[in-house]
Amino acid sequence: MTLLTVERIKLFSTRSPWWCMIIAVALTVGLTAIFSAATTSDDLDSLTPATTQFAYNFGLVVMMVMAALAVTTEYRFGTIRSTFLAVPGRTPALLAKTVVVAGLAGIVGEITAIASWALAKVIQPDAPLALDTSQEYRNVFGVGLIYLLAAVFAIGLALLIRHTAGAVVIMLVYLFLAESLLPVIPRIGDHIQDWLPFIVGNNFIVAGQSEVSDGPPVIEGLPFGPWGSLVYFAVVCLVLLAAGLVAAKRRDA
Amino acid sequence: MIEARGLTKRYGRTTAVNALTFSVQPGKVTGFLGPNGAGKSTTMRMILGLDHPSAGDVRIGGRRYADLKEPLREVGALLEAKWVHPNRSARSHLRWMAASNRIPAKRVDEVLEIVGLTGVAGRRAGGYSLGMAQRLGIAVALLGDPGVLLFDEPVNGLDPEGILWIRQFMHRLAHEGRTVFVSSHLLSEMALTAQELIVIGRGRLIAQTSTKSFIESASDSSVRVRGPELARLYGVLTGQGLAVQEAPATEDSPAALIVRGTSTEQVGELAGTVGLVLHELTESRGSLEQAFIQMTGGDVEYQAGGHTAAGPAPGVPGGPGGPGGPSAAFPPPGAVPPPGSGTGPVPPGPVTPGASGGPAGAPAPPAPQPGAEARRAGKP
Ligand SMILES: Nc1ncnc2c1ncn2[C@@H]1O[C@H](COP(=O)(O)OP(=O)(O)O)[C@@H](O)[C@H]1O
Ligand SMILES: [Mg+2]
Repeated sequence: MTLLTVERIKLFSTRSPWWCMIIAVALTVGLTAIFSAATTSDDLDSLTPATTQFAYNFGLVVMMVMAALAVTTEYRFGTIRSTFLAVPGRTPALLAKTVVVAGLAGIVGEITAIASWALAKVIQPDAPLALDTSQEYRNVFGVGLIYLLAAVFAIGLALLIRHTAGAVVIMLVYLFLAESLLPVIPRIGDHIQDWLPFIVGNNFIVAGQSEVSDGPPVIEGLPFGPWGSLVYFAVVCLVLLAAGLVAAKRRDA
Repeated sequence: MIEARGLTKRYGRTTAVNALTFSVQPGKVTGFLGPNGAGKSTTMRMILGLDHPSAGDVRIGGRRYADLKEPLREVGALLEAKWVHPNRSARSHLRWMAASNRIPAKRVDEVLEIVGLTGVAGRRAGGYSLGMAQRLGIAVALLGDPGVLLFDEPVNGLDPEGILWIRQFMHRLAHEGRTVFVSSHLLSEMALTAQELIVIGRGRLIAQTSTKSFIESASDSSVRVRGPELARLYGVLTGQGLAVQEAPATEDSPAALIVRGTSTEQVGELAGTVGLVLHELTESRGSLEQAFIQMTGGDVEYQAGGHTAAGPAPGVPGGPGGPGGPSAAFPPPGAVPPPGSGTGPVPPGPVTPGASGGPAGAPAPPAPQPGAEARRAGKP
């Protein structure tokens, strides 16, 4: 409990997390608002709860950067040593950091999702935006869970890399190039795609949704259903975190 | 109480710390002395569990740092003042450190008061001057009111006022019965701060001894004496059991004798009792720093594999290898200062014969200490 307090003080006593949160929410919700306002009455039927989440990846990336920074700035400024002096076991302190940072990312994801949906409803009251089916609930409320787990992924990666630039570049290259280019490889691409964590994680939000919607991309034929996809994504993120924790404990600070 | 046994740290092919065995006692300031790159910071990081030793171990009050439950309450450390997020205020920094070891929040204000940062505690630490950052580092070290304190080069870059403040501060902490371990590359600073010294060079222990006896041995003095009847003088002095060496004539000084472990009074009286005429009788005292460079630099040469390459450039004024003034008359075997050190005054001779040179492959011999308290490096 005390370590959670410590990490909370650390996170909020600098400015960059605040900026990341504001940018994540403003970017995602703003894009959805523009989208909603630009929807003509002819297309109103396509403005579904899934569509309001089309931009969730923007906020997701920003929150992943925030999570990575929470680790790499500690290495950059040497405060990681102060942290390890205070908690020489290392792992409890890093787990507390993960809980606080990933928890915050989850909350921001949830706020982003609900605000996007609610704002769309305000702008287009006649659009079919009611939340009825479990799929529609996942479309909106599931976003926070993906933010949370993605932050765990970013922390694990940052613990392994330790440098801000390195960690952020690897993360962005992976998200925007690896996960979109690997599936293009002939014959094996489709099989690789079945196991790419962010594609599978996205499946938790969009599974069951019609492929032609304007919401986040839907990929048919993934091996897991929505909850299986979430579990798979969670396992990948936790394995990466575990690798990061082991590295942090073994290496010289 | 800090105890290191066979403490060793390798980074790839460099051995930063090499089989260090020493102990630091409570109630006094113990200096950790060695030139830059000797392995002081590495040793401190290992004491604090930040770096993992390659071999050996180090314990604080019998326990490893990693096994301490709330370590800030037992051990306080100032390794680098910069270990603060530049956009965080001093108070926030202290607040999270305190919270991590369940130290009451009011202690934060107390330590800010002690180090005199109360007025600027709300400002971002990135804007602090070096002196203020150093004070913040000390505040962190004091946070848990620990019985063991470690300071790594605390006076580096401070103005004289700051240096004095830190020195008095460490004396007070030791006086309160705490264990105070402070590193420095400056013997002159340690001479004023520490009662006990642990001296290292190139990762190896050179000596653990009281500061007083270390300085006495390091600033060994000699008497230069000259007269028309040098041979008789030589006989009289050696007859009294004194160590006498001949200084052959050079371009700018005639032949003389160098006498160790004596005073001008004694030599003058001896000459007087046998009726010898003297033309010169002077005492020369080596500078502390120069002696220290020789002691620790000798180890560097040894590690670098022989001292031939490390000798001063020929012709360096006053250098033992050069044509030389009087003080260079007896270059001790192996006690050659490293390059670049020949510009200052050169001590009269080998301060610690045996601290340098030696055949490769043999363990570097520790500096013999004349003081009774001198402990020897080597096997535990
Ligand atoms: N993290 C590291 N990686 C590689 N070499 C290191 C590292 N830390 C220290 N060293 C080397 O170990 C030696 C001792 O360094 P250090 O402990 O900082 O000495 P001091 O504090 O006495 O000046 C130096 O040669 C230094 O280059
Ligand atoms: Mg150092």
